Amino acid sequence: MLLIPCPHCGNRPELEFRYAGEAHIARPADPSTTSDQEWAEYLYFRSNPKGLHIERWRHVSGCARFFNCVRDTVSDKILKTYPAGQPKPDLADIVKEAHQ
Amino acid sequence: MSDSKITRRSAFEGLHPIQVEGAVTVAPTPYATRFSFRGDSKAASACSKGFGVMLPNALLKAESDNGRTAISLGPDEWLLIAPDGEVEALEAAIEKALDKQHHSLVDISHRNTAFTVSGPKAETLLASGCLLDLHVSVFPVGMATRTIYSKADIVLWRTAADTFHVELWRSFVPFVWGLLEEASHEL
Ligand SMILES: [Zn+2]
Repeated sequence: MLLIPCPHCGNRPELEFRYAGEAHIARPADPSTTSDQEWAEYLYFRSNPKGLHIERWRHVSGCARFFNCVRDTVSDKILKTYPAGQPKPDLADIVKEAHQ
Repeated sequence: MSDSKITRRSAFEGLHPIQVEGAVTVAPTPYATRFSFRGDSKAASACSKGFGVMLPNALLKAESDNGRTAISLGPDEWLLIAPDGEVEALEAAIEKALDKQHHSLVDISHRNTAFTVSGPKAETLLASGCLLDLHVSVFPVGMATRTIYSKADIVLWRTAADTFHVELWRSFVPFVWGLLEEASHEL
Protein backbone atom coordinates (compact mmCIF):
# COMPACT_ATOMS: atom_id res chain seq x y z
CA MET A 1 0.00 0.00 0.00
CA LEU A 2 1.13 3.56 -0.74
CA LEU A 3 2.30 5.34 2.40
CA ILE A 4 1.71 9.09 2.57
CA PRO A 5 3.87 11.11 5.00
CA CYS A 6 1.41 13.29 6.93
CA PRO A 7 3.36 16.31 8.26
CA HIS A 8 1.69 15.72 11.65
CA CYS A 9 1.41 11.92 11.97
CA GLY A 10 4.23 10.55 9.81
CA ASN A 11 3.90 7.73 7.27
CA ARG A 12 0.34 6.46 7.10
CA PRO A 13 -1.61 4.23 4.69
CA GLU A 14 -3.22 6.03 1.75
CA LEU A 15 -6.74 4.79 2.65
CA GLU A 16 -6.72 7.20 5.62
CA PHE A 17 -6.42 10.18 3.23
CA ARG A 18 -8.63 12.13 0.81
CA TYR A 19 -7.35 14.09 -2.16
CA ALA A 20 -8.41 17.73 -2.25
CA GLY A 21 -7.18 19.21 -5.55
CA GLU A 22 -4.43 21.61 -6.53
CA ALA A 23 -2.88 23.66 -3.70
CA HIS A 24 -2.14 27.40 -3.37
CA ILE A 25 -5.25 28.52 -5.29
CA ALA A 26 -6.17 31.80 -3.66
CA ARG A 27 -9.78 32.98 -3.69
CA PRO A 28 -10.04 36.38 -5.40
CA ALA A 29 -9.91 39.04 -2.67
CA ASP A 30 -12.85 41.00 -4.07
CA PRO A 31 -15.29 38.68 -5.91
CA SER A 32 -17.67 41.57 -6.72
CA THR A 33 -15.09 43.18 -9.02
CA THR A 34 -13.85 39.91 -10.52
CA SER A 35 -14.80 39.25 -14.16
CA ASP A 36 -16.72 36.11 -15.11
CA GLN A 37 -13.63 34.81 -16.87
CA GLU A 38 -11.40 35.34 -13.78
CA TRP A 39 -14.00 33.74 -11.52
CA ALA A 40 -14.33 30.74 -13.86
CA GLU A 41 -10.55 30.35 -13.89
CA TYR A 42 -10.46 30.44 -10.10
CA LEU A 43 -13.21 27.84 -9.85
CA TYR A 44 -12.42 25.43 -12.66
CA PHE A 45 -9.04 25.98 -14.36
CA ARG A 46 -6.13 23.95 -13.01
CA SER A 47 -2.53 23.47 -14.16
CA ASN A 48 -2.84 19.67 -14.63
CA PRO A 49 0.91 19.13 -15.19
CA LYS A 50 2.68 16.00 -16.34
CA GLY A 51 5.28 15.88 -13.59
CA LEU A 52 5.47 17.72 -10.27
CA HIS A 53 2.12 18.86 -8.92
CA ILE A 54 1.47 20.72 -5.66
CA GLU A 55 -1.77 19.50 -4.22
CA ARG A 56 -3.90 19.42 -1.07
CA TRP A 57 -4.59 16.26 0.88
CA ARG A 58 -6.58 15.69 4.03
CA HIS A 59 -5.61 13.08 6.61
CA VAL A 60 -9.30 12.57 7.25
CA SER A 61 -9.08 9.27 9.18
CA GLY A 62 -6.08 10.42 11.21
CA CYS A 63 -5.35 13.93 12.48
CA ALA A 64 -8.06 15.22 10.08
CA ARG A 65 -5.85 18.16 9.02
CA PHE A 66 -5.46 19.45 5.46
CA PHE A 67 -1.84 19.66 4.28
CA ASN A 68 0.05 20.22 1.04
CA CYS A 69 1.97 17.68 -0.96
CA VAL A 70 4.37 17.72 -3.93
CA ARG A 71 3.71 14.64 -6.06
CA ASP A 72 5.00 13.51 -9.43
CA THR A 73 1.91 12.74 -11.53
CA VAL A 74 3.93 10.38 -13.76
CA SER A 75 5.51 8.14 -11.11
CA ASP A 76 3.01 8.88 -8.28
CA LYS A 77 6.07 9.47 -6.07
CA ILE A 78 5.53 11.93 -3.23
CA LEU A 79 8.54 14.23 -2.86
CA LYS A 80 7.46 16.48 -0.02
CA THR A 81 4.57 17.21 2.33
CA TYR A 82 4.17 20.31 4.53
CA PRO A 83 1.49 21.83 6.77
CA ALA A 84 -1.22 24.02 5.24
CA GLY A 85 -0.38 27.71 5.51
CA GLN A 86 3.31 27.34 4.65
CA PRO A 87 4.43 29.12 1.46
CA LYS A 88 4.60 27.36 -1.88
CA PRO A 89 7.99 25.63 -2.13
CA ASP A 90 10.43 26.08 -5.02
CA LEU A 91 10.04 22.99 -7.22
CA ALA A 92 13.65 23.18 -8.44
CA ASP A 93 14.85 22.91 -4.81
CA ILE A 94 12.60 19.92 -4.23
CA VAL A 95 13.97 18.10 -7.29
CA LYS A 96 17.53 18.83 -6.08
CA GLU A 97 16.70 17.51 -2.56
CA ALA A 98 15.11 14.38 -4.03
CA HIS A 99 18.23 13.58 -6.06
CA GLN A 100 20.60 13.93 -3.12
CA MET B 1 -50.81 10.06 26.94
CA SER B 2 -47.75 8.57 25.36
CA ASP B 3 -44.80 7.64 27.50
CA SER B 4 -41.86 9.81 26.42
CA LYS B 5 -39.26 8.16 28.63
CA ILE B 6 -36.02 7.49 26.74
CA THR B 7 -34.36 4.17 27.43
CA ARG B 8 -30.60 3.89 27.04
CA ARG B 9 -29.68 0.89 24.92
CA SER B 10 -26.19 -0.54 24.52
CA ALA B 11 -24.86 -0.60 20.95
CA PHE B 12 -23.59 -4.12 21.68
CA GLU B 13 -27.00 -5.60 22.59
CA GLY B 14 -27.61 -8.96 20.92
CA LEU B 15 -24.14 -9.30 19.39
CA HIS B 16 -22.38 -12.62 19.44
CA PRO B 17 -19.54 -12.65 22.01
CA ILE B 18 -16.00 -12.72 20.59
CA GLN B 19 -13.71 -14.89 22.65
CA VAL B 20 -11.03 -17.29 21.51
CA GLU B 21 -9.62 -19.24 24.44
CA GLY B 22 -6.01 -18.32 25.13
CA ALA B 23 -5.90 -15.92 22.16
CA VAL B 24 -8.22 -12.93 22.32
CA THR B 25 -11.28 -11.44 24.00
CA VAL B 26 -13.33 -8.55 22.63
CA ALA B 27 -15.44 -6.90 25.32
CA PRO B 28 -17.63 -3.78 25.39
CA THR B 29 -16.47 -1.12 27.87
CA PRO B 30 -18.89 0.51 30.34
CA TYR B 31 -20.87 3.63 29.39
CA ALA B 32 -18.68 6.72 29.58
CA THR B 33 -18.68 10.50 29.42
CA ARG B 34 -16.96 11.74 26.27
CA PHE B 35 -16.11 15.14 24.84
CA SER B 36 -14.51 16.35 21.66
CA PHE B 37 -12.31 19.33 22.56
CA ARG B 38 -10.87 21.72 19.94
CA GLY B 39 -8.58 24.62 20.69
CA ASP B 40 -4.99 25.89 20.56
CA SER B 41 -2.29 24.79 23.00
CA LYS B 42 -3.14 27.60 25.44
CA ALA B 43 -6.79 26.54 25.54
CA ALA B 44 -5.69 22.91 25.91
CA SER B 45 -3.61 23.67 28.98
CA ALA B 46 -6.55 25.55 30.54
CA CYS B 47 -8.82 22.60 29.69
CA SER B 48 -6.34 20.28 31.43
CA LYS B 49 -6.97 22.11 34.71
CA GLY B 50 -10.73 21.67 34.44
CA PHE B 51 -10.53 18.08 33.24
CA GLY B 52 -7.93 16.95 35.76
CA VAL B 53 -5.68 15.29 33.20
CA MET B 54 -2.95 16.97 31.17
CA LEU B 55 -4.07 17.11 27.51
CA PRO B 56 -0.98 15.78 25.70
CA ASN B 57 0.76 18.30 23.46
CA ALA B 58 2.48 15.59 21.47
CA LEU B 59 0.34 13.97 18.80
CA LEU B 60 -0.98 10.41 18.94
CA LYS B 61 -0.69 10.15 22.73
CA ALA B 62 -3.10 9.18 25.50
CA GLU B 63 -2.72 10.55 29.01
CA SER B 64 -4.73 8.94 31.85
CA ASP B 65 -5.24 9.72 35.50
CA ASN B 66 -7.93 8.83 38.01
CA GLY B 67 -10.22 7.10 35.48
CA ARG B 68 -10.02 9.98 32.98
CA THR B 69 -8.20 9.98 29.66
CA ALA B 70 -7.21 12.67 27.15
CA ILE B 71 -6.16 11.55 23.66
CA SER B 72 -4.52 13.93 21.16
CA LEU B 73 -6.12 13.19 17.80
CA GLY B 74 -4.74 16.17 15.88
CA PRO B 75 -2.76 19.38 16.43
CA ASP B 76 -5.84 21.10 17.90
CA GLU B 77 -8.18 18.21 18.68
CA TRP B 78 -8.52 15.98 21.74
CA LEU B 79 -10.87 13.19 22.76
CA LEU B 80 -11.72 13.30 26.47
CA ILE B 81 -13.08 10.19 28.20
CA ALA B 82 -14.35 10.04 31.81
CA PRO B 83 -16.65 7.79 33.85
CA ASP B 84 -20.36 7.78 32.99
CA GLY B 85 -22.58 10.53 34.35
CA GLU B 86 -19.98 13.31 34.59
CA VAL B 87 -21.07 15.38 31.58
CA GLU B 88 -22.58 18.34 33.46
CA ALA B 89 -19.91 18.50 36.17
CA LEU B 90 -17.00 18.26 33.73
CA GLU B 91 -18.51 20.69 31.27
CA ALA B 92 -18.90 23.25 34.06
CA ALA B 93 -15.35 22.66 35.34
CA ILE B 94 -13.77 22.89 31.87
CA GLU B 95 -15.75 25.99 30.83
CA LYS B 96 -14.77 27.66 34.10
CA ALA B 97 -11.07 26.83 33.61
CA LEU B 98 -11.18 28.16 30.04
CA ASP B 99 -12.73 31.45 31.14
CA LYS B 100 -14.13 32.32 27.66
CA GLN B 101 -10.94 31.46 25.74
CA HIS B 102 -11.73 30.47 22.15
CA HIS B 103 -12.45 26.72 21.99
CA SER B 104 -15.13 24.13 21.28
CA LEU B 105 -16.31 21.47 23.71
CA VAL B 106 -18.87 18.99 22.37
CA ASP B 107 -20.56 16.21 24.33
CA ILE B 108 -20.19 13.02 22.25
CA SER B 109 -20.96 10.56 25.08
CA HIS B 110 -23.80 8.95 23.14
CA ARG B 111 -22.28 9.19 19.67
CA ASN B 112 -19.26 7.09 20.61
CA THR B 113 -18.97 3.75 22.25
CA ALA B 114 -15.98 1.48 22.82
CA PHE B 115 -14.70 -2.03 23.32
CA THR B 116 -11.39 -3.59 24.27
CA VAL B 117 -9.45 -6.20 22.33
CA SER B 118 -7.13 -8.09 24.63
CA GLY B 119 -4.99 -11.20 24.69
CA PRO B 120 -1.84 -12.50 23.00
CA LYS B 121 -3.56 -12.38 19.57
CA ALA B 122 -5.05 -8.88 19.96
CA GLU B 123 -2.69 -7.40 17.34
CA THR B 124 -3.43 -10.22 14.89
CA LEU B 125 -7.20 -9.84 15.23
CA LEU B 126 -7.05 -6.04 14.74
CA ALA B 127 -4.75 -6.48 11.74
CA SER B 128 -7.70 -8.11 9.96
CA GLY B 129 -9.00 -4.61 9.22
CA CYS B 130 -6.46 -2.13 10.57
CA LEU B 131 -3.72 -0.95 8.22
CA LEU B 132 -1.22 0.31 10.80
CA ASP B 133 1.82 -1.59 12.03
CA LEU B 134 0.63 -2.60 15.50
CA HIS B 135 3.88 -4.11 16.75
CA VAL B 136 4.59 -2.74 20.23
CA SER B 137 7.91 -1.27 19.02
CA VAL B 138 6.02 0.92 16.50
CA PHE B 139 2.69 1.34 18.29
CA PRO B 140 3.74 1.41 21.97
CA VAL B 141 1.59 1.42 25.11
CA GLY B 142 0.08 4.90 25.52
CA MET B 143 -0.06 5.59 21.78
CA ALA B 144 -3.48 6.44 20.34
CA THR B 145 -4.68 7.61 16.96
CA ARG B 146 -7.69 7.90 14.74
CA THR B 147 -7.42 5.37 11.92
CA ILE B 148 -9.71 2.97 10.06
CA TYR B 149 -10.85 -0.58 10.65
CA SER B 150 -11.98 -1.79 7.24
CA LYS B 151 -14.16 1.18 6.20
CA ALA B 152 -15.06 2.50 9.64
CA ASP B 153 -13.27 5.34 11.43
CA ILE B 154 -12.01 4.23 14.84
CA VAL B 155 -9.76 5.62 17.56
CA LEU B 156 -7.23 2.98 18.51
CA TRP B 157 -5.47 3.30 21.87
CA ARG B 158 -3.01 0.76 23.23
CA THR B 159 -3.60 0.54 27.00
CA ALA B 160 -1.26 -2.42 27.64
CA ALA B 161 1.13 -4.59 25.63
CA ASP B 162 -1.72 -7.00 24.80
CA THR B 163 -4.75 -4.68 25.15
CA PHE B 164 -6.28 -2.10 22.83
CA HIS B 165 -9.19 0.25 23.48
CA VAL B 166 -11.23 0.79 20.31
CA GLU B 167 -13.43 3.88 20.27
CA LEU B 168 -16.00 4.21 17.45
CA TRP B 169 -19.34 5.70 16.44
CA ARG B 170 -22.08 3.49 17.83
CA SER B 171 -23.73 3.00 14.44
CA PHE B 172 -20.50 1.37 13.18
CA VAL B 173 -20.58 -1.31 15.89
CA PRO B 174 -22.50 -4.05 14.00
CA PHE B 175 -20.18 -3.65 10.97
CA VAL B 176 -16.91 -3.68 12.92
CA TRP B 177 -18.03 -6.35 15.38
CA GLY B 178 -19.20 -8.61 12.55
CA LEU B 179 -15.85 -8.40 10.77
CA LEU B 180 -13.92 -9.01 14.02
CA GLU B 181 -16.07 -12.03 14.80
CA GLU B 182 -15.49 -13.42 11.32
CA ALA B 183 -11.73 -12.85 11.63
CA SER B 184 -11.63 -14.40 15.10
CA HIS B 185 -12.48 -17.80 13.57
CA GLU B 186 -9.14 -17.70 11.73
CA LEU B 187 -6.96 -17.18 14.81
ZN1 LIG C 1 -2.12 13.23 10.14
